[in-house]
Amino acid sequence: MSDTPTPDVEIDSRGATCPGPLMDLIGKVKEVEAGTTIELLTSDEGSKNDVPEWLDEAGHELLTIEAVDDHWAIYVETT
Amino acid sequence: MTEEIVVVGGGTGGTVLANRLADRLEPAIESGDAHVTVINDGEYQYYKPAYLYVPFGKKTVEEAKRPLSDLLDRHVELRVDRVTGLDTDAKSVSLEDGDDMAYDHLVMATGATLDPEEVPGLAEGGHHFYGPEGTESLRDELADFEEGHLVLSVIGVPHMCPAAPLEFVFMADDWLRQRGLREDIEITYTYPIQRAHGLQSVADWATPKLADRDINLETFFNAERVDPEEQVLETMEGNELDYDLLVAIPPHTASELVSEAGLGDTWVDVDRATLEAEQAEDVYAIGDVADVPTSKAGSVAHYEAGVVADRIASRVRGQTPTSVYDGKTVCFIETGMDEATFVEFGYGDEPTMREPSKPVHWAKLGYNESYWLTARGLL
Ligand SMILES: Cc1cc2nc3c(=O)[nH]c(=O)nc-3n(C[C@H](O)[C@H](O)[C@H](O)COP(=O)(O)OP(=O)(O)OC[C@H]3O[C@@H](n4cnc5c(N)ncnc54)[C@H](O)[C@@H]3O)c2cc1C
Repeated sequence: MSDTPTPDVEIDSRGATCPGPLMDLIGKVKEVEAGTTIELLTSDEGSKNDVPEWLDEAGHELLTIEAVDDHWAIYVETT
Repeated sequence: MTEEIVVVGGGTGGTVLANRLADRLEPAIESGDAHVTVINDGEYQYYKPAYLYVPFGKKTVEEAKRPLSDLLDRHVELRVDRVTGLDTDAKSVSLEDGDDMAYDHLVMATGATLDPEEVPGLAEGGHHFYGPEGTESLRDELADFEEGHLVLSVIGVPHMCPAAPLEFVFMADDWLRQRGLREDIEITYTYPIQRAHGLQSVADWATPKLADRDINLETFFNAERVDPEEQVLETMEGNELDYDLLVAIPPHTASELVSEAGLGDTWVDVDRATLEAEQAEDVYAIGDVADVPTSKAGSVAHYEAGVVADRIASRVRGQTPTSVYDGKTVCFIETGMDEATFVEFGYGDEPTMREPSKPVHWAKLGYNESYWLTARGLL
């Protein structure tokens, strides 16, 4: 999987139910500089929709979403 | 040898836990085989749910506190001091007065604190009802507020009592109508994610109610700056909202003991069933300081306290602990000044919503009065 982005920051929200992962991501985006690549690990399927919707609203970039075993890895770049 | 059980924090979780331990371990405590100490950085316990009623003149902060010495069983030792250090390898805590205390079992029950400074301008420009001074100052402000835009903005998530912001706007709407002021006051409720509440069912239930009451709803709204001069909220999503009176749910944080002791980044990382800390032996966390996927609510602190008390009592008796926490959460939701509903759910469940009624409102007020019996372990 050569095109998997290399994250600067990882957030492990596995096990947290909605809206945990999205809120964890929003909290992290507040802290980091523009241009940071964030990897969000989530086991909540709803995140696959919630997160891109918020990124769109807030103007950050969705790099990719990968399914890994029992969870998803969502890669985001802040702008 | 005496098993030393130390509880840091004498709030809802800490008192319920200590009293339950006193009950479970009474013979061992009397024979000197076990000893329970609660350390709290003040003589009083504050019952925070009462703060919701203060802005509307329905309760005072003074009635919301009790001396801890009245709440704790006589088999529990109370130490009024602040824990300033925690060494989980040496199994000891340091106190502000200079003493160190060794423990065999430690329970972190230090709750959550408010951190308005995290958002520039919030402390100067915003009000809140989440602490004793804040809620009193909001009462004075609301009493004189006769026209303009009242904005309730949920800024900090996670925050205590996820229902309280919705309760506040429903109550404000009703209270302002009763006072004949509603026509001149616009109300807006803002929430960080794409719906009105973290739980889908609560959001689905609240959204048409907000519309019925003429309360504006703004979603995907994450305030990152407040301009107190211009009275404007600026968001991460690039939007602005003018206000005349801003009531914000400030960002929350936990005691620095947690990160300094390596128990978690902010909240204590725990096993969500046993509430044992992930990063240290013989350390548990309950209530708002524990990172579990449910609400930061008094009911959670209460149920978790029972589980941890049972687990520690089993360990002291040399038995295998079997008690686990299933995420049980109960929250009352006021929908006006005289009606309420409630939700009950466990980990991963979506609660079923019920129509609000007067009896549920009275039940909430009744619970608020009888809370002190709960803290004492009598209910
Ligand atoms: C406005 C409002 C309304 C609410 N309404 C409801 C409701 O309707 N229903 C509901 O279930 N919940 C409600 N809650 C939430 C509820 O109050 C909390 O979830 C509950 O108090 C958590 O209990 P706790 O024991 O974890 O922490 P707390 O009750 O906050 O107690 C923590 C204690 O630890 C002490 N402490 C902290 N650090 C130290 C230290 N280093 N050394 C010594 N002592 C220390 C603190 O001083 C405090 O006494 C509400 C909260 C607010 C703010």
